[in-house]
Amino acid sequence: MPPAVGEGSARSELRPRRGRCGHQVTRAVGPDVAAAAAARSPKRPARGSRRFEAAGRWALLALVTLLSFATRFHRLDEPPHICWDETHFGKMGSYYINRTFFFDVHPPLGKMLIGLAGYLSGYDGTFLFQKPGDKYEHHNYMGMRGFCAFLGSLLVPFAYLIVLELSKSLPAALLTAALLTFDTGCLTLSQYILLDPILMFFIMAAMLSMVKYNSCANRPFSAPWWFWLSLTGINLAGALGVKFVGLFIILQVGWNTISDLWHLLGDLSLSVVTVGKHLTARILCLIVLPLTLYTATYAVHFRVLNKSGPGDGFFSSAFQARLSGNNLHNASIPEHLAYGSVITVKNLRMAIGYLHSHRHLYPEGIGARQQQVTTYLHKDYNNLWIIKKHNTNADPLDPSFPVEFVRHGDIIRLEHKETSRNLHSHYHEAPLTRKHYQVTGYGINGTGDSNDFWRIEVVNRRFGNRIRVLRSRIRLIHLVTGCVLGSSGKVLPKWGWEQLEVTCTPYLKETLNSIWNVEDHINPKLPNISLDVLQPSFPEILLESHMVMIRGNNGLKPKDNEFTSKPWHWPINYQGLRFSGINDTDFRVYLLGNPVVWWLNLLSIALYLLLGSIIAVAVQRGARLPAEVEGLSQVLLQGGGQLLLGWMLHYFPFFLMGRILYFHHYFPAMLFSSMLTGILWDTLLRLCAWSLASSSLARGVYVVGLLSLLLGTAYSFYLFHPLAYGMVGPLAQDPRSPMAGLKWLESWDF
Amino acid sequence: MLGFLKRPVVVTADINLNVVALTAVGLLSRLWQLAYPRAVVFDEVYYGQYISFYMKRIFFLDGSGPPFGHMLLALGGYLGGFDGNFLWNRIGAEYSSNVPVWSLRLLPALTGALSVPMAYQILLELGFSHCAAMGAALLMLIENALITQSRLMLLESVLIFFNLLAVLSYLKFSNSQKQRPFSLSWWFWLMLTGVACSCAVGVKYVGVFTYLLVLAVASVHAWHLIGDRTLSHVRVLCHLLARAAALLVVPALMYLLFFYVHLILVYRSGPHDQVMSSAFQASLEGGLARITQGQPLEVAYGSQVTLKNVFGKPVPCWLHSHQSTYPMIYENGRGSSHQQQVTCYPFKDVNNWWIVKDPGRHQLVVGSPPRPVRHGDVVQLVHGMTTRFLNTHDVAAPLSPHSQEVSCYVDYNISMPSQNLWRLDIVNRESDADVWKTILSEVRLVHVNTSVALKLSGAHLPDWGFRQLEVVGEKVSRGYHESMVWNVEEHRYGKSQEQKERELELHSPAQMDVSRNLSFMARFLELQWRMLTVKSDGSEHKYSSSPLDWVTLDTSIAYWLHPRTSAQIHLLGNVVIWASASLATVVYALLFLWYLLRRRRSIRDLPEDSWLRWVLAGALCAGGWAVNYLPFFMMEKTLFLYHYLPALTFQILLLPAVLQHISDHLCRHQDSLCGWSP
Repeated sequence: MPPAVGEGSARSELRPRRGRCGHQVTRAVGPDVAAAAAARSPKRPARGSRRFEAAGRWALLALVTLLSFATRFHRLDEPPHICWDETHFGKMGSYYINRTFFFDVHPPLGKMLIGLAGYLSGYDGTFLFQKPGDKYEHHNYMGMRGFCAFLGSLLVPFAYLIVLELSKSLPAALLTAALLTFDTGCLTLSQYILLDPILMFFIMAAMLSMVKYNSCANRPFSAPWWFWLSLTGINLAGALGVKFVGLFIILQVGWNTISDLWHLLGDLSLSVVTVGKHLTARILCLIVLPLTLYTATYAVHFRVLNKSGPGDGFFSSAFQARLSGNNLHNASIPEHLAYGSVITVKNLRMAIGYLHSHRHLYPEGIGARQQQVTTYLHKDYNNLWIIKKHNTNADPLDPSFPVEFVRHGDIIRLEHKETSRNLHSHYHEAPLTRKHYQVTGYGINGTGDSNDFWRIEVVNRRFGNRIRVLRSRIRLIHLVTGCVLGSSGKVLPKWGWEQLEVTCTPYLKETLNSIWNVEDHINPKLPNISLDVLQPSFPEILLESHMVMIRGNNGLKPKDNEFTSKPWHWPINYQGLRFSGINDTDFRVYLLGNPVVWWLNLLSIALYLLLGSIIAVAVQRGARLPAEVEGLSQVLLQGGGQLLLGWMLHYFPFFLMGRILYFHHYFPAMLFSSMLTGILWDTLLRLCAWSLASSSLARGVYVVGLLSLLLGTAYSFYLFHPLAYGMVGPLAQDPRSPMAGLKWLESWDF
Repeated sequence: MLGFLKRPVVVTADINLNVVALTAVGLLSRLWQLAYPRAVVFDEVYYGQYISFYMKRIFFLDGSGPPFGHMLLALGGYLGGFDGNFLWNRIGAEYSSNVPVWSLRLLPALTGALSVPMAYQILLELGFSHCAAMGAALLMLIENALITQSRLMLLESVLIFFNLLAVLSYLKFSNSQKQRPFSLSWWFWLMLTGVACSCAVGVKYVGVFTYLLVLAVASVHAWHLIGDRTLSHVRVLCHLLARAAALLVVPALMYLLFFYVHLILVYRSGPHDQVMSSAFQASLEGGLARITQGQPLEVAYGSQVTLKNVFGKPVPCWLHSHQSTYPMIYENGRGSSHQQQVTCYPFKDVNNWWIVKDPGRHQLVVGSPPRPVRHGDVVQLVHGMTTRFLNTHDVAAPLSPHSQEVSCYVDYNISMPSQNLWRLDIVNRESDADVWKTILSEVRLVHVNTSVALKLSGAHLPDWGFRQLEVVGEKVSRGYHESMVWNVEEHRYGKSQEQKERELELHSPAQMDVSRNLSFMARFLELQWRMLTVKSDGSEHKYSSSPLDWVTLDTSIAYWLHPRTSAQIHLLGNVVIWASASLATVVYALLFLWYLLRRRRSIRDLPEDSWLRWVLAGALCAGGWAVNYLPFFMMEKTLFLYHYLPALTFQILLLPAVLQHISDHLCRHQDSLCGWSP
């Protein structure tokens, strides 16, 4: 029976959170024997009972793990079609198997692991993962789902161990395990090919190893201490490597480390050298080690993905030269720009494209009626420009002229190769961005006016004053008006073939929109060099891919008139996510938290804040708490405080995020909230029991309270399990539906 | 009693001549030639238009800040007898003779001048020497960016004034806490703290950061108070309640007061009406109120109505239909029902009229007595001019293929029956039997067959839809969104049986007389919400800058340029002050960290009281700099150099404090070291 075990463990495992602090925290034990325990000497129990008790604890852990695995692996193969975001992450797993380059807003580790799981389980990467609902048929998808479910199943024993470590109370740990095992949301999220189980695995593993290493604090620099410390670092790297929200657990561990070091510093029995050693150990294990591992995942990522694929266009020209199959790969072109070179000019900002012009004029009423200049994402003959001297129209390719390189600060003219018009700008407002000037193609056969003159400037002059293909970042400054050539990124209407607007901006601010690089380069008078020389170094690739990911993330903005999930919806379980199926004939899976669990969590947070502040004020006022209450409140404030911090760190930052949000973003926070619930109710029931006079009544209250919580969650899981395991048949409005009468909120969609 | 008979009445006045002198010099520097230039300088063009609105009592909506700052500027205009007749359209335009330039610029100049002696006072209250305090005041006095900003009709100097006032009065309060709690001056400074905080927030939203800082310091002090075991429980409770009242309740009430006065002042309808809800517009004089005055309140079967979308984004618009049909095949190859288009149209039009019909009866007129429509009733909506029924079906909408197309049903005799029953769902009802009310009720129209709700998708239809906005049917289960909610704006009881007569009736304006008022809280909440959500166009600006440029003074703003003489006003900081103030902040941070770590090792470099003073100075000055500066890194709006000025003032306060600390402790410390060395 849980309380009995709890009592035993509490007595034997009784240890303050920080051994070196000296003062012993007397943990209130099972109320039934509180008095007896006080009377008894604090000696260890007999050896036999100790061994028996240890076996019991292992058995409980095994039971919890088994139950978790059983629920997660039950009907894992259903439905045998793509559900929700499997279409993305499964596809990306396939990319790793096929080694084609792709772009995603998340770091690569999670998808790499999915790919690895697929590879090991015999999936060949040929399934297209086109859209949700596509049947897998003969393709082996179980390896990838099984891998995610395996990591998802481990969350429960991890939570169990964390709570056990923080509260030293088996019932609290059991309650937490039950909450998570029987939560339909966690269950659903663990059963598909998604990043979330992997992310949550690393978050919980980091938390567990942090807690474990905290409890090793009385034996610093021992083997287990080092083990748990470095394991924390490894898991942090994992969490950050899967999604950027892994940053929150890093903040949590960081906070814990700082407060830990603060305590060490205040301990005058330790020499400064020892404190320095502590500091170094943490820097090594929590900063250097994770960073190395994180970088290593990228190294593997770039090593594996060496074929050209759908992600090429997001990256710079220099980057693309790495990918086999890309037309820049193994290409050889002249290195430095000279007059007479035929070039394409690419904007440095993602998804803007090449400077482009074509035989169409700006329509009546939009600036001057001259030839349009736009940017265009695809490779095309109309992207070719010839670079010429501003003052002479002689053909620089004439063999009698010597080669003259273009240098930083030169005044040039860009002639469009197909139409022989010059890049031109003037004081007319641009078609869409009214504060900028219009850019046109002007002149006949290269003869125009002084508005065709541009000064070419190199922004990164590390390579000297010459202009290097791919690597030099250049700006084109209009000589007459002083404005800078740029692309606003806005889509022109139909008259502009829905290409992007090119403007000349009078604001000389340095933005990527107005920085360009030369990509293709043809000049018969110059020797070709292999592009391999220009390949970016690994740190440059790393930096570039991060920039691209951050921009991609910022680009995910919600539209005004769409219904979007708001962070305040999440803890109240306002609305779920449809994983599969709509109609009554479909196999439907709906991601929704078990409302009993979630609303209990919500209530617990409120209760925790109330109880916590009452205790804190009482202590601050100097109230003397009885020993049992003192012990309980220590657990509540310290253990519970860590979990509350975890919940807040994984929840509140979402309120500040501008990007589009989804319900499943809440699940890491939900794990912390469930652990807090476990500790809170265990403590609350113990406090209730302690306040009762009669010991048998107290024991009764405790046991009944705990059992009703456990059974309540289990029963609610029985009610709501069709959401996770899938249901066919009428929708919830119909009395024949398995979910009839369970649509407690209007907004639930099943 | 009658004590004055026994003792003479003595008034002792402590006049600190330093303060007087500082005030005088401050006034001189800020007020000298205040009316020059007689031209619109930089953002005066922006604030000026709101002053004109105040003068003409016309309602406006400005998302840049709460109305208190605008009202203060308008007060200057009122005192100067400004009639509001000036076209604020161009920086550099000459003011006409009716614009009282001097009095418009007076208030910012006064607040800017008073900030100088306040800097002095703050350093004194922080426990630093007169010398340091004079230094702080002089730095404030000669900082040219502050001078420039104070001498124009801009709000930064007002904001800085209230920020400093909040800090100063809190310091006065907490110093009198040690001597005589609950005395008159204690109450005065406590209340003034709250008032100053709310004024700062009322001038600009960024004032909230200083408010939060003061709250944080106050709560730390309150926490120490709770730990003070010499005080009784009741007394601690009294202390806490007094603080809560002064620092939480008073600011909230003041903030409401600003809006109350604002709404009283601007009561006429104006160009910004459109953004507001129908109910709000009806509460203004003129505009919609003139049209809706006297409409029948309750919508009945047979009522003729126009339906306005409550969300109103991207533009406010009304449910609309017209003779044109959806094109058979769209550009992307998808097909449509080819039925009559239903759109949302941002202009008043006769095609915006719809008739509410009882599905069970045929007549389109209001019976007598009128039968009101209630929540949950099933109705049909008939388009007034074409008498077609509002209809939706399982056909993808033109631009939002995941939603259903909404059309006015045309019977093509193909197997596509009409589905024109809509259930009325009054969102803001109080009971389930509530009646559909004009303007006040916000309703969703839920399609009976497919449970989709009528929704404004926000997309503009292409040319075939005359660039009007798309209306779709979206599954109710997708969640509640304001773009699904509509309200009746114009309303009258239909009387004509015949279509021809009805068309005539639709063309004639609705009239009859009743007026209705919205409560202040409802108006406040709506106005505040719209102010916070109104989209600034986010346009780039020639002189905009990023927060990093501010510290290095890598940016400046040309405020004004005389067209002929090239005389100009340029906002630029004093490099020496900015650099040394930044240096002081760094030195403070390093020293603080050093002391903190050494204290942890029980090495006390400073005596306890000077340590506390050092911490408090840092919390308020370095903290004030941080809270007024760092949040800008997260803001997406266009930023300018002048946004840094509130942070800079706190940094300037820190500089003399750090200097004095160094000279008092570090230099002396070395002396004593030398003294001890053998």
